[in-house]
Amino acid sequence: MEIAQIATIASKEFWDRIRNRWVLAVALVFTAFALVIAYFGAAQQGSVGFRSIDVTIASLVSLVIYLIPLIALVLGFDAIVGERERGSLDLLLSMPITRLELLLGKYFGLAAALTFSTVAGFGLVAVVLSASLDLNALFHYAGFMLSSVLLGCAFLSLAVMLSVFAADRTRASGLAIATWFFFVLVFDLLLLGALVVTGGQWGGDVFPYLLLANPADVFRILNIFSMNDIRTMYGLATVFPSALADPWLLGLVMLAWIALPLWIATWRFRK
Amino acid sequence: MADTIPDPDNADAPLIVARGVRKHYGSIHAVDGVDLDIRSGELFGLIGHNGAGKSTMFKMMLGLIPATAGEIRIGGALVTGGDFRAVRRTVGYLPENVVLYDNLTGLETLGFFARLKGASLAEAVPTLERVGLAHAARRRVREYSKGMRQRLGFAQALLGKPRILFLDEPTTGLDPEAIRSFYAMLRQLKSEGVTMVITSHILAEIQERVDRLAIMSEGRIQATGTVQDLREQVDLPLWFTVRVAKPDFEAVRDALAGLPIDAVEANEDHVRVQCRREAKMAVIEALARLDGRVRDLTVREPSLEDVFFGFSD
Repeated sequence: MEIAQIATIASKEFWDRIRNRWVLAVALVFTAFALVIAYFGAAQQGSVGFRSIDVTIASLVSLVIYLIPLIALVLGFDAIVGERERGSLDLLLSMPITRLELLLGKYFGLAAALTFSTVAGFGLVAVVLSASLDLNALFHYAGFMLSSVLLGCAFLSLAVMLSVFAADRTRASGLAIATWFFFVLVFDLLLLGALVVTGGQWGGDVFPYLLLANPADVFRILNIFSMNDIRTMYGLATVFPSALADPWLLGLVMLAWIALPLWIATWRFRK
Repeated sequence: MADTIPDPDNADAPLIVARGVRKHYGSIHAVDGVDLDIRSGELFGLIGHNGAGKSTMFKMMLGLIPATAGEIRIGGALVTGGDFRAVRRTVGYLPENVVLYDNLTGLETLGFFARLKGASLAEAVPTLERVGLAHAARRRVREYSKGMRQRLGFAQALLGKPRILFLDEPTTGLDPEAIRSFYAMLRQLKSEGVTMVITSHILAEIQERVDRLAIMSEGRIQATGTVQDLREQVDLPLWFTVRVAKPDFEAVRDALAGLPIDAVEANEDHVRVQCRREAKMAVIEALARLDGRVRDLTVREPSLEDVFFGFSD
């Protein structure tokens, strides 16, 4: 594997997103939402202004779970199928580059753009709030940003996998939307439905493990479980074994969610 | 099979060698047992109907898709083997309807492909000059006309000073002047020793320009050789146009009597005579005996299109 070839593809993908202001637009969206949530999150309770980092992160988690998977899927769904449909894939593959290098270059370039906009968007909010945050709060906020980046990379990996399997861009976009619906909206409902229908007789023991089969849930647990006040609010402590809530373990699960779809995409792309 | 592969150390050995190449998609045999030798410095044409297998063959020669059976070597190295990077650095490829990146400038486009090819970035400007795009180097590709995009595509193929160029329908969408200047560039490259493999649907365009060509049909090579070789192989009739005054038409018929003539057609001011190739010289001698009555004489050899249909039908 030649790193230089991966870097060339990745660099083009990244700078394409900088040039077309994609990175700027997404960063501004993150900043705007984060600021609104930080200052007006408690408006329903009749007060405005920054309250605590835990409450802010909890609100941001709810936002990010919807937003980042969608942005990542939109960013990556046509990474390969788009090149194929436009007719530029053959030209790229006629270069001294392997399919693995091309795929990784695409992924790393898009992941860099997503990471940059996530860190810039939420990081700007951290700078604005820094006067109100102690070191511990900043640490929690940095953890939230890191997990947001991992969540984005996991869904980007799924998007790139879909872009390898899909026959055309239309189908790829349909698959991307279906993937978002499944993981963000449907997955938890299915688990809860199964629990309710069986009166808790089925699935109760495996329920926490099944949550790991959804990167959005892994992200939620990763953020919520690290904050005592919020954990009790979500009721997770009663259903989720603390052994599974180790941030390092959850981080590894997230990395697996990045690696596995990429591995499947590579296998398919080589065929 | 190995014993049929020419020794790459031999200077006269073909540069591109295909042996027993097949590509099957289930029951569809896109390429079905192709053997091909393309010599160094040659301008080689690959022609065929849509679906004849030439695009698949092209992609296999470039190593874009693997062969179901057989092997393809460039300079002795397998195109899909461990030396694939070295092979591809010797190759330039211009796809049909080349698609480049609209958001990049011409210069950035060449910079991107130069990095991928491992070519010097310093090549970009002279290459743009070579294809006549120096004036548009800093314009975005989205502002380029179809002809300019094709020239930029050709420029990326020239990066790294390739020994071999694969040109797939390279003149599609170009105006006649652009086509002429394109072939002038190919002549220049040929004089520099570059080997070129070209496909085209416009047979009249390549018949005077290729050194040799192969006709593909139903996944197989039907014939290989120079245009003249193929004319002789397919044995199509020749047409003479004999320009004579109307009262001399009968004299032409009389002169040709006894020769193996296929057809004689009298028109307003000329007679058209169709005959087999082997009768060509006898017909010319017979017409020469008509002294000054023949005002003009043209011989039309079968065109490449005639030859193509002769093989593929």
